[in-house]
Amino acid sequence: MKIAVCIKQVPAKDAPLHIAEGGAWIRETDIGFEMNEPDSYALEEALRLKEKHGGEVVAVSMGPERVKQTIKEALAKGAERGIHVSDDKFWQLDPLASAQSLAAALQKENFDLVLTGLQSDDHGFGQTGVLLAELLGRPHATIIMSIEVTGAVMKLKRELEAGWFQWMEVPLPAVLTIQSGINKVRYATLKGIMAAKKKEIAAISRESLGVDAAAGQKVERIYVPTKSKKTEILSGSAKEAAAKLVEKLRHEARVI
Amino acid sequence: MKILTITEQRDGKWNKVSFETLAAAQQLVAQTGGTLSLAVIGRGVAALAEEAAAKKCNEVLLIEHELLEKYTADGYTLALKQVITSSSPDLVLFPHTYQVRDFAPKLAASLSKGMIGDCTGYRYENGKLTFVRQMFQGKTAADVTFTAAAPWFASFQAGSFRSDLAENGAARAPVNKAAVDLKAEQIRVKPLELFREAKQAVDLTQAPIIVAVGRGIKEQKNLPLVETLAKAIGGEIAASRPICDEGWLPMERQIGSSGQTVAPKLYLALGISGAIQHVVGMKGSRCIVAVNKDSNAPIFEIADYGIVGDIFELIPALTAELGKGH
Repeated sequence: MKIAVCIKQVPAKDAPLHIAEGGAWIRETDIGFEMNEPDSYALEEALRLKEKHGGEVVAVSMGPERVKQTIKEALAKGAERGIHVSDDKFWQLDPLASAQSLAAALQKENFDLVLTGLQSDDHGFGQTGVLLAELLGRPHATIIMSIEVTGAVMKLKRELEAGWFQWMEVPLPAVLTIQSGINKVRYATLKGIMAAKKKEIAAISRESLGVDAAAGQKVERIYVPTKSKKTEILSGSAKEAAAKLVEKLRHEARVI
Repeated sequence: MKILTITEQRDGKWNKVSFETLAAAQQLVAQTGGTLSLAVIGRGVAALAEEAAAKKCNEVLLIEHELLEKYTADGYTLALKQVITSSSPDLVLFPHTYQVRDFAPKLAASLSKGMIGDCTGYRYENGKLTFVRQMFQGKTAADVTFTAAAPWFASFQAGSFRSDLAENGAARAPVNKAAVDLKAEQIRVKPLELFREAKQAVDLTQAPIIVAVGRGIKEQKNLPLVETLAKAIGGEIAASRPICDEGWLPMERQIGSSGQTVAPKLYLALGISGAIQHVVGMKGSRCIVAVNKDSNAPIFEIADYGIVGDIFELIPALTAELGKGH
């Protein structure tokens, strides 16, 4: 199986976010970046499928030079090679333009399966996988919790809301978005990290793909959300704050 | 503005979030002028269309086909694409459900259009429509506008509008059948049975007090701290998704979009940052307490009481305080 995994690099979970001048993106200086967590589950699933059925895993990421680090991490975990679609201003792209760019890069090869995470922890559009399927003319399924491949058909467990699941069958080639928690993500081994140094990362400039970046939608500004409730912050030492809280819950909110 | 709202049903039962989106659509039509069509899609759903016709709208579009009996992204996309092409709405609104996530971006793209998904609200100012959604896991909000020609596609997150504000019409709306042409071979995926995993041993929706824990707990071996607190306060223990993904607590104790939706009288959120997926499952709680070391954590936006601090100090302190009695 030839599998492509689309991986996004996003600000680290604990990174303090500051809104950049212009107001539509964050200041990238002085924060760390990491692999989008939902995508790490998609990568793990791709590696497991390859280990079971043979083939290769190609890690694909779009963004500025820094995203190469995330591709390297995927290579260290076991992906065979990487594709870096380079664009310093990729954050300006709307979901459709992003997917069109990735689709154009993926179309250069014949992948049996394209995997993405459920959504990204930065924009959180949650559309890339579904859009890739439409643009590549492939069937798809989303929020997948297990994959069993028999010949050219996959039996999938799809998560629905409120504790419900559904089995479904999807023929290959296809696109799947993977639910977080589907597997236990592996760590890169030292051997893997060494091996990754020799692996290829093909660079494609996004511009060269001929996809119009003139988007259909625009993030006008991002801002700290306005509070919908008035929160009373209880200060003091842990002991003092705890005492104040119990007092409030008993006598003000009257919920205990 | 000509608005088409797509409702959602499964096996003849409404997904109630549909009526929240209807409330948003009615409000938007009132502000912008124009018309509202309400689409009911499936097979054997004429009774639902009749029910929908009581709502304040200009028409109900009944989209029925034998190949729409079970939801598939292919079937829904092909059917709705035909309906949208023939009725040319300016704006197509959806409830942001798992099903909508599965097909709506594809539907929009099949018409070479984009979608603004998972919106928490909108603003209509000086003739300009701006959608509001969250980014960075709720740490920031974003104003997003369409820059291309209609039709526009957008979905509203559960809980963004109140379904009880969806108005009934003065008179019943006409139910118009929208014919769609589908062929079995166009549907490439095969939906099979629906099921629930292990029976739900705990029904968190009935718990008056919930003590919920998130990533801040760091390791499974720290969970007994939370259990002791839950016992002291007389609450059920619950968690955000990552804790259940790790297997530290069973999935049935997960609160959020993929888990249970609860509204207890007291919800203690310990070391939970407040990502949208969690918040939609608990924001209806009567009293919300958040304890988090990050004062910018989005959970504080919905909390009644907040403590910025280390949960490993706060949890034992709270347990001790509760133990003191009145």
